[in-house]
Order: sequence, then C-alpha cells, then structure tokens
Amino acid sequence: MKYALYTGCVAKGAGRELLAATNVACAKLGIELVEMTAAACCGAGVISEDNPMLADILNARTFAQAEEMGLPIMNICTTCQGVHRKAQIKLKKDPAYLERVNKELKEQTGLEYKGTVKVRHFYEVLLEEYGLDKLKSKITRPLNGYKVAAFYGCYAMRPHEYSDLQNPDNPDELEKIIIALGATPIDYAERLKCCGFPILMMNKTNAMKLTGNALIGAKGAGADAVVTPCPLCHLNLDAYQPEVENMNDVELKLPVLHIPQLVALALGASYEELRLKTHIVRPPAEIAG
Amino acid sequence: MSKVTFRIFRFDPANDPTPRYQEYEMPLEPGITLLNCLNKIKAEKDATLTYRMSCGSAICGSCAVRANGHAILSCKTQASELVKDGVIQLDPLGNTSVIRDLAVDLEPFWASIRKVKPWLMPDATDNPEKERLQSQEDYLKIDHATTCIMCGACWSDCNVLEVDKKFIGPAALAKAQRFIYDTRDVKTIDRLEEISEPHGVWDCTHCGECSTRCPTDARPLGRIEEIKQAAMAEGVHGNSGARHVLAFRETVGKRGLLDENYVPVRSVGFLNIPGLLGLMPVGLRMLWRGKNPPVIPHSVDKVEEVKKIYSRSEEFRK
Repeated sequence: MKYALYTGCVAKGAGRELLAATNVACAKLGIELVEMTAAACCGAGVISEDNPMLADILNARTFAQAEEMGLPIMNICTTCQGVHRKAQIKLKKDPAYLERVNKELKEQTGLEYKGTVKVRHFYEVLLEEYGLDKLKSKITRPLNGYKVAAFYGCYAMRPHEYSDLQNPDNPDELEKIIIALGATPIDYAERLKCCGFPILMMNKTNAMKLTGNALIGAKGAGADAVVTPCPLCHLNLDAYQPEVENMNDVELKLPVLHIPQLVALALGASYEELRLKTHIVRPPAEIAG
Repeated sequence: MSKVTFRIFRFDPANDPTPRYQEYEMPLEPGITLLNCLNKIKAEKDATLTYRMSCGSAICGSCAVRANGHAILSCKTQASELVKDGVIQLDPLGNTSVIRDLAVDLEPFWASIRKVKPWLMPDATDNPEKERLQSQEDYLKIDHATTCIMCGACWSDCNVLEVDKKFIGPAALAKAQRFIYDTRDVKTIDRLEEISEPHGVWDCTHCGECSTRCPTDARPLGRIEEIKQAAMAEGVHGNSGARHVLAFRETVGKRGLLDENYVPVRSVGFLNIPGLLGLMPVGLRMLWRGKNPPVIPHSVDKVEEVKKIYSRSEEFRK
C-alpha cells in the first residue's frame, strides 16, 4: 500500500507531532508514504470565504499532483479531508467550471486535474483499505483498559454530502478503531459537536465554551483521553485546556491524542517517537511503557 | 405491521412541571410521515399531546421537532426512516424554551430575523412607473435563501447558539444574504457592516449543522459563506473575521502554507494590545513545550506555481 501524504499546514507547524506519529504508525503498518512537499494549503474553508475559485484551483493542483504520482491521497486532518471532498464534488458536478479551473491550472502550472484521485483520511484508509483484522494482527501493546473518547471534528460529518462516513449523524468509525486497539470507547454528548477552533480569533469566549463543553463532557463520562482526527480540534482541546480549566474552575488534565498517535501506541511506538512531550497535557508515561 | 415505540418529551409547566418522557406504541402504516403519527397519537391515544402543525406539505415550517437528537420537519419525514431499535425519540427544538411538550417559544428566533431588516430597501429617489424587475441571473443569486420556510431546524441544532444566545443564528443570516445579494437593494454596505458586528456572521464556526438540518434549499452555511465573500469584496474589513481571511490568504500566497505565528496576530489586530496580550499565555505555553510553529515558516516546493495562481486572483472573481 502506498499513499501520497498530504500533511496540511498544522502538521508542518504547531502540530509536528502529528506528522511524526503518522510516519511511525504507517512504517509499522507497512503503509508506504510519499510526502506531497509541493502541495499547498487546502484553504481550510477560509480562502473560499474570499475567493472560492482560488481555493478550488489550489486544491485541483494538489489532486493533479497526486494523479501524476499515480497515488491516492492520505489526509491526516479532518478539515483538509472535508475541504478536499467538497472541492472534488463541486468540480465533478459542474464540468464547465472544472474546465475553467483546469484551464487556469494548466496555464500556471502545466498540470491538469483528471478527476480520478481518491482522497481519504488516515483512519478511513485503516477501515476501508487496510482492514481492522490486519491492524489487530500488528498490535504489540494492546491499550487494554484505556478509556478513549472520540472527537470527530465537524468536517468529518457535515454537511453530509461531503462526508464519506457510513452514518454521519451517528458515526462509529473511530470507535471501531479504538476497540480494535484494545481500548474502550467512551460515549458522551459532545462527541459530534464543534470544538470552536474556527472562531478562536473572532470570539474566544464562545470558542472556549465549545471546547470546554467537549472536554468536560468527555471527562465526566470517564475518559482517560480524547482522540481526534483533526489537528485543529487538537489545538483547541489541548493547547487551550488551561484556559478551560480556569473558566470553569475544574481540573481536567485530559490528554488529547491525534488518531495516528493512538494507533502507533498500540503498535509499540515510544513516547519520544510520538513527541508526546510536546503536548500541553502530557499523557502519563505508562501509556508507552 | 411491526409496532414502534414513540418516546415523546412531555412538559406542561402549568400542571406538571417536571419534564418526562411518555411512551406510545403504534404500528407504522407504510408511507406514514412523522407528523401523521403525531396526529394519530393525538386523535386516538392522548389528546393532551401538544405540538405545532399547519400545512402538512413542507411549506409552512411549523412542525419541526427533534427526532433522535436532530432537528427535522416532521411532515416531510417518513417515520420508518427514524426507527432505531424499535424506538423513535422526539424532543422539542433545541436552543429554545419549551411552552408545552413539543411546542417551543420561537420569539428569540423571530427577533433574530427582524434584526437583519428583512425587507427590500430600494433607491428611494427613483420613482419607477412599474415594478423593479430582476434578470434571471440576478434572481439566481437569492434563489436558495428565498426557499427558507422559517422552521427553526437550523436554529435548533446550531452549535454557536448553544453557547451564545446573542448569536444572530443561521436563519437570520440566510435572510440577510437574500437582501445583501438582491440587486434592487441599495443598503448592501450598511447591511454588511451590521452583520459583521460581534455575534454576527463571523461568529459562525461552520459546524455545518444548519445546512445538514435545513429541509429546503436555503442551506444557511452556503449563504453565510456568500455574505463573507460579499463583505471581503466590498471592503468591509474592520473586524477580526475579515482580517483573519486577509491574513490567511496572504500567508498561503507567499509560502503555500499557513504561517501560524502571523495569522493570529494580524487577525486580532496589530494595534489591539489587550487582544495581543490575550495570545501570550497560549503562545508561551506552546513555546515552552516546543510546540510553537517554526519561527521561519516553512514554504512548499514549487511555491512559484502558487504565486502564479495567486497573481490571477482577481480574474477568478469574475
């Protein structure tokens, strides 16, 4: 198995532990990755608030690069995945628009998007392509007794037409992986809610309330950790946890893991390899013991 | 016909102030809508059950409720699609206060709609002899928003309203788009400035609930994006939301990737000292952990291709 790895911005910036963990997990699983070093930001639904066609051309360029590599794209960010799927669906639905996008793309880069590349998130690859049985056979350190609350991230589910989840109103993809790793999934009311990250700069109070609700909900349901496929959710849930604790006068100390980190832990990766020390809320050392 | 249990939220503050669930068992006739199930329960089992309805044809927007935790229009939904382990759970719309059972107080919802001045404000000086006509092309810009039936499904499931009762809400934003994009309206800039105020359009997190729950083609999230596009195009940039878009676009155009050190500072505003100080604790915390974004931001390979695409940006707006 071989994928073109689309890192996104956060895994190259404030979430470098995500990229490290993805490389470790995939090496242990025997999934070969070729990093797309020339791919640009997906726009995160922000560039399209100003210039939707600019965002679509940047994404068409990314898709065309993967098509040239002859590889499907693996995302490690739910927001990138949702934005990519939306761009793909939009371009497929409107052939005249695709032609216009491709004309620009060809003139500026020589590339052309043919509409053939498959785009999937790391966890979707594990479920759809790799298979849970094969994943289980690679586990060397089952996460028995570890209670994990999945936090999906909006772009994985909504709007439904851009989601590849089986049942985006009540998904269980992450829970299936949690169970396969030997851990116990925790159900809680905020599992499918927004973390508030997109309005962090516009209305920090609201962003912190949303993050706080999720963390307090997960902790209250007995979680030892939260796992998320979205590094933006991760930033809010982890880096801003002290603010949430102050605002609500509670102690949380709830580690927030990226999904590749959780998988890699069960595959025997070390604390250092997964850069768990860089988390604001560090998971206990025993987790990688 | 297999029997289904309707688990329905009951609350009558005048006579029974403790909210509870009541169960009604009923076989599902093939093709029956949820609204017809409610009518059947009321007619045959319990006349005290209270809910709103009128047209039964997905036009009046009065029969929205929450089924299994998500807002739906009950006249437009097949009951059979909602059965989970033999049960359909019904609750009143979220982000509201309950009047009785499934009937909620929608006054805050209507107040939000009134706030966006949902009427046409044409040029008062021109005195046309006949009605102001629109081209088909111009009409299509507002076609989606005009299909809103004000059912409140988007309001119910909006994540921001759960934490901020002052948020304008998705239906009012869709209504605002309808007038901002109306080529006969002359108050576009005023409308964009008002909607860019705190608790307005930039407070939406794009959680996508509104468009997912919307039973028509109004799809508020799409309209919200269009309002932001208009605000950016018309130069209504004096707020952190618009500055965030400008900073985001700028850094991606330079390096192909986001500069996570620069975007927050420009979004908050270079001269906004309290705002900048507010960024300090998390910045220092991340620096201490080695989690800070690289000081010299990373650029993608072949970044000149990105710059070439960017140089054509204005063409893409046409």
